Amino acid sequence: MTVEFCGLELAHPIINGSGTFDAIAAARAFGSEQLREHFPFAAYVSKTITLEPRSGNPPPRLWEAPAGLINSIGLPNKGLDGYIAEDLPQLLELGVGRDVPLVTNVMGSSAEDIARLLQACDARPEIAAIELNVSCPNVETGLDIGADPSQLEDVVRAVRGSTGRPLIVKLTPNTADVAACAQAAQDGGADAVSLINTLRAGALAPRAGRVGGHAGPWLGGRTGGLSGPAIRNVALAQVAAVAARLSIPVIGMGGVQSATHARDLLEVGATLVAVGTESFRDPAVAANIARALR
Amino acid sequence: MSTAPFGRRQLTVTAVEQLGAYTVLRVADPEGPGGRSPDPGQFAMLAAVERWGGGDDERPFLPRAFSVARFTAGEAHYLIEDVGPGTKRLCELTPGDSLWALGPLGRGFESPTEGRRALLVGGGVGIAPLAILQDTLAGPAGDGGPPVTVLLGFRDSARAEGAALLSHARVATDDGSVGHHGLVTDLLALELDRDPHAVVYACGPAGMLEGVRALCERREVPAQLALEAGMACGFGACFGCVVPRRGGGYLRVCVDGPVIDAAELERVDEHAGGAGGTR
Repeated sequence: MTVEFCGLELAHPIINGSGTFDAIAAARAFGSEQLREHFPFAAYVSKTITLEPRSGNPPPRLWEAPAGLINSIGLPNKGLDGYIAEDLPQLLELGVGRDVPLVTNVMGSSAEDIARLLQACDARPEIAAIELNVSCPNVETGLDIGADPSQLEDVVRAVRGSTGRPLIVKLTPNTADVAACAQAAQDGGADAVSLINTLRAGALAPRAGRVGGHAGPWLGGRTGGLSGPAIRNVALAQVAAVAARLSIPVIGMGGVQSATHARDLLEVGATLVAVGTESFRDPAVAANIARALR
Repeated sequence: MSTAPFGRRQLTVTAVEQLGAYTVLRVADPEGPGGRSPDPGQFAMLAAVERWGGGDDERPFLPRAFSVARFTAGEAHYLIEDVGPGTKRLCELTPGDSLWALGPLGRGFESPTEGRRALLVGGGVGIAPLAILQDTLAGPAGDGGPPVTVLLGFRDSARAEGAALLSHARVATDDGSVGHHGLVTDLLALELDRDPHAVVYACGPAGMLEGVRALCERREVPAQLALEAGMACGFGACFGCVVPRRGGGYLRVCVDGPVIDAAELERVDEHAGGAGGTR
């Protein structure tokens, strides 16, 4: 059941959510040969890449929630130059960027930064498409770029010309009207949108052993993002609302654990479905879902 | 390094034993890492197939990381202490129950260099990987290999029963109920006074590991520390299990460890791995 997505032909409709599968680390854990043979995704989406390297948030970074997970990782990455020089060749050895199309996820805090990232990706033949993470504060306004429709449309329009590759805008769910933001991304020139990203969430440190006093935030980054089955029905509603409004393709994700959940998102209008948190519990789950959809 | 089959596999619990405050789960794992024993220090992500969820706070959700404590005749042994909804559910399992397992994962202990005595230092449930390490260092017949000294620390006598997992262990307890009244690092200091030409292998709570690390640094004794951290995946995907690396940046306990050369760490932080959020 091959799927056409923005001019790419994919073996099936299941991909990974950005930041939920590190192919290079997985090759260390499972061996390159085995990973190549069992690669679970029809396209591979990278972790978010920024212009400068980031080491990420101080630990603790995880909190197990009811039927889900709050993470506060802080987008650690080697920066654009490190990604291109070190990661791309290693990914290519695993067939990613050749046999499996590579989608590079990027984030910048201004249109200028984003344009530089898109231009750099555009120059690399291994990169089939670019996903833009807009869950990032604008340096000038302080607002998340993706949280405000007019700001999002301006940024997408300003950077659109920096690449001829398919441009996917990864929407944030932490906004008043996701469908309006999706419409703004389309109007600004996006080729596709993906959703949902994690829902902003927090947890307090366990009080055990503390006499009185406030436990304070558990996560080193203070707040994090909730994912997993806890958000599945939020995702279904948002994907349905966005798909009904847009003419461009939609990548749906949020709490997908089985072929049934993937079918639900496809049925409400998603072209592709991404698996994220469930891959933490079983790295082969996306392959099992793809097989069950055939 | 033994690499894991790709994907979690459904295994069967063959036996459950109580070892004082601890539970030993024996799990038939014929496929294992291609029928080979995991490396000492490697771990697996475990979850019950039935009723994983619905405990306190509607947890657990994620699998839990456990060092392989022993691997014999196609059976992996895991040492478990009930400290939260995940470990509680695993402690309830009985023979015949099904278990999801992904592993073996991570980098294990490295063999001692020629002529150095192996000093195994464990604390609490962290003694688990030292058992398979002792088995491996002893060699297949149990009589080969370099001399090994085993020092274990526990909170109380119920936990000190865990010492039976290893052979010829000397024990310290916080309450003085068994063995030396004090810290296992007291025993370690005496051992290093006696013979400083050693390599230390340690696993236990963060406070103990920091004590071992600081002592070994002062004495210039090489040490390999098996760390614990809350982790969502175990194979480098989530970036949740990091500890600060000496000189900046972070190490992922799951793929850069769990066994990490003490020289790579500035200190072992009580909070670093953040296991509390995912017990």
